[in-house]
Amino acid sequence: MAKILSTRQLTPITKLFVVDAPLVAEAARPGQFVILRVREGGERIPVTIADYDRAARTIAIVVQEVGVTTRLVNRLGAGDDILDVVGPLGTPVEIPAGGHVVGVGGGFGAAALLCLMRELTARGDRTTSLLGARTKELLILVDELRAVSTNVELCTDDGSAGHHGLVTGRLAELIAGQGPGRPDHVIAIGPEVMMRAVAEATRPERIHTLVSMDPLMIDGTGMCGGCRVIVGGESKFACVDGPCFDAHQVDFTVAMRRGKAYAAEEKLAAERLAAAGGR
Amino acid sequence: MPVKRADKTPMPVRLPEERAHDFGEVNEGYALERAMFEAERCLRCQDPVCVEGCPVRIPISDFIHEVAAGDLVAAARILRTANPLPAICGRVCPQETQCEERCVMGGRFRPVAIGHLERFVADQERARGISTTAERTHSEKVAVIGAGPAGLVCAGELARMGYGVTVYEGLHAPGGVLRYGIPEFRLPKAILDHEIAVLQAMGVEIVCDVIVGRTLPLDRLFEMGYAAVFVGTGAGLPQFLGIPGEDLNGVMSANEFLTRVNLMKGYTFPEADTPVKIGKRVAVVGAGNTAMDAVRTALRLGAEEATIVYRRSDKEMTARVEEHEHAIQEGVVFDWLTSPIEVVGDETGWVTGLRCQKMRLGEPDASGRARPVPIPGSEHVIPVDTVIVAIGTSPNPLLVRTTKGLQTDRHGCLVANEATGLTSKPLVFAGGDAVTGTATVILAAGAGKRAAHAIAEALSPAA
Ligand SMILES: Cc1cc2nc3c(=O)[nH]c(=O)nc-3n(C[C@H](O)[C@H](O)[C@H](O)COP(=O)(O)OP(=O)(O)OC[C@H]3O[C@@H](n4cnc5c(N)ncnc54)[C@H](O)[C@@H]3O)c2cc1C
Ligand SMILES: Cc1cc2nc3c(=O)[nH]c(=O)nc-3n(C[C@H](O)[C@H](O)[C@H](O)COP(=O)(O)OP(=O)(O)OC[C@H]3O[C@@H](n4cnc5c(N)ncnc54)[C@H](O)[C@@H]3O)c2cc1C
Ligand code: SF4
Ligand code: SF4
Ligand code: FES
Repeated sequence: MAKILSTRQLTPITKLFVVDAPLVAEAARPGQFVILRVREGGERIPVTIADYDRAARTIAIVVQEVGVTTRLVNRLGAGDDILDVVGPLGTPVEIPAGGHVVGVGGGFGAAALLCLMRELTARGDRTTSLLGARTKELLILVDELRAVSTNVELCTDDGSAGHHGLVTGRLAELIAGQGPGRPDHVIAIGPEVMMRAVAEATRPERIHTLVSMDPLMIDGTGMCGGCRVIVGGESKFACVDGPCFDAHQVDFTVAMRRGKAYAAEEKLAAERLAAAGGR
Repeated sequence: MPVKRADKTPMPVRLPEERAHDFGEVNEGYALERAMFEAERCLRCQDPVCVEGCPVRIPISDFIHEVAAGDLVAAARILRTANPLPAICGRVCPQETQCEERCVMGGRFRPVAIGHLERFVADQERARGISTTAERTHSEKVAVIGAGPAGLVCAGELARMGYGVTVYEGLHAPGGVLRYGIPEFRLPKAILDHEIAVLQAMGVEIVCDVIVGRTLPLDRLFEMGYAAVFVGTGAGLPQFLGIPGEDLNGVMSANEFLTRVNLMKGYTFPEADTPVKIGKRVAVVGAGNTAMDAVRTALRLGAEEATIVYRRSDKEMTARVEEHEHAIQEGVVFDWLTSPIEVVGDETGWVTGLRCQKMRLGEPDASGRARPVPIPGSEHVIPVDTVIVAIGTSPNPLLVRTTKGLQTDRHGCLVANEATGLTSKPLVFAGGDAVTGTATVILAAGAGKRAAHAIAEALSPAA
């Protein structure tokens, strides 16, 4: 059980939660996640640790509504308890020090960059947060990321803020030396299509690139194998070996296919929740 | 007076056609008359060899004697002196290779139904409502990692001896394999819940959602004031076949399948939120208890055909005899001497079949079991839409990787003293599957109990 201390609606479907979780806050490192459950009989869902505050003994998470459980989470508010929060899970991100790191964030992925960028900037790396969304209102945590990154680059599909177009377009410009310049390391967190596009953009340039994979998970401790991702032709458990992997080694086709394995059931569950008075 | 009767008193079971489609318990349990009738078969041997077959040395003839005399309170008391989980072990022990294998009645006749009687006594005890309390007589507290049978029994023994105990469990509910692995139709969760409630009544604190090695480093437990640590983290890491096509949709480990069903209650989806998908035709690879549980669960979820695919024969199968018999009655198909070589899928990435090869048995291998050898030209595809892999598990490396000074062998099993459970790290003890690799509930319970006594000895040496 973990108490929600405060919340902030970031977009109509994205909400930030600050949660009282002393043990998780103490142990958390960038790139790790928690698994949470909101009700008896509820699913266990993985959510990235966006930020942690060891002194305040809290973690921050950002949840984007896509189905039943994320919708149930986002109905909670300050003072409510999250039934189960376990973590930190996964292997923390390792990036060699001293380079220019570009963090590409799409959707809730921008949140996952928060503690990472803070840590990298603090140790002296040059950092660029490259954030993308369909339109200006859907960009999240821009001010927070400005505070912890050397540069922030915004991209919107409709041109309502920052560069007009996809993050990969701007990334190509950086690689070509524009703006904050060519990255030494790239880490992409967001929808799989975006991460795959980033991988393709950096592959010919052989720029070290990490992606944070988000397969279906159950236990998050290496016990079920449901989170298998093919990396360099080998089967890896994302919850313990990942979730961050070398983008150029990940088989995205298999990952995307596996992510849809329960599409029919998820739809059924969403309809049921809607019928029961949900959104 | 003992009465010589050749046959075991049969366990009442629900009809296969009825039970194969729900999760109600298969075995119904003896009533008092049957139990007393069966208890009369025990010869009360001077030298009860059955006891040697029991890893925790239950005084078998003594408790059975009380059953025959109708004193179930005394019988339960005797059971509890040796086994803290009698209702569970009576149900899931592989009796045919343990106590009952040794029973002298088994020479000419059928052995005494020790397991059934143990279950009976424990069920009666539970129905009466046991009130167990423990008094805290020692200031030291002990941390237990993992709430499977090893950890729970260790915790219970320590509490009984007057120590403070906290059990840290990574999942959201305690029980280990008893919770997420063994299905309801074999071991009702109410029994597990009861055993856990008894522990809690004795003052054992159970904290879920803590993964030691991630949430808390093991060494932190000492800083937090625990005087000793018991590691009962089990062997939960699933092995896969490593054949082409294993990443197709519709292929999963038995652990994933059983966890979705048992821990997450997926069999009630969409009542519960976690879905579990089962096709029309299911192949389960392997022939241990896990495979039997998976294949019988698949039938209960509505599979039209569920097949065990195993590269050896029924002689080498490791499942309990009773599970095998029940599986046959329920209509499970057995493809013995059949080895999978590829999972076949369609253009959408879903499984359509399992390509296999027939085997014959050759010379014994290192494990002493006949080695299966492929028969050339015997390749064939079994049409299935779900493949469940149940070929074994190994200890989860998470705790060891994040803890200094914990030695493991080449299988990843913790190195621990057999008698005490002491690991290579001072005041850290271990037992159960984490030490032995996948074994049995009673072995895990026994190891937990031995370690509890070794811990007590280490903390408060008898003067
Ligand atoms: C390591 C990791 C970190 C994550 N971090 C975050 C985070 O910080 N914030 C956040 O909002 N979400 C995060 N996710 C994704 C989140 O776990 C899923 O959105 C959630 O499980 C969906 O549950 P649901 O019941 O709401 O939707 P479902 O009904 O299960 O699914 C609805 C739709 O979402 C898709 N989906 C289901 N599960 C996932 C998944 N694991 N990843 C991607 N798509 C999925 C389904 O294909 C379906 O289209 C993370 C996932 C992983 C593995
Ligand atoms: C499907 C199945 C059927 C079986 N059927 C039988 C049977 O019929 N008869 C029989 O005798 N045996 C059977 N077994 C084997 C038996 O269940 C095991 O031998 C026994 O459960 C081992 O007990 P354990 O306490 O060592 O570990 P487990 O039961 O595996 O419990 C370990 C616990 O530790 C937790 N844990 C792991 N790592 C950490 C960590 N780092 N921090 C916190 N918690 C952690 C796990 O979540 C788990 O709850 C079966 C096993 C399976 C999988
Ligand atoms: S605990 Fe298991 S081995 Fe021991 S007597 Fe009972 S059934 Fe037999
Ligand atoms: S060996 Fe068999 S007959 Fe003899 S005491 Fe044990 S159970 Fe009874
Ligand atoms: S989520 Fe079960 S092994 Fe990764």
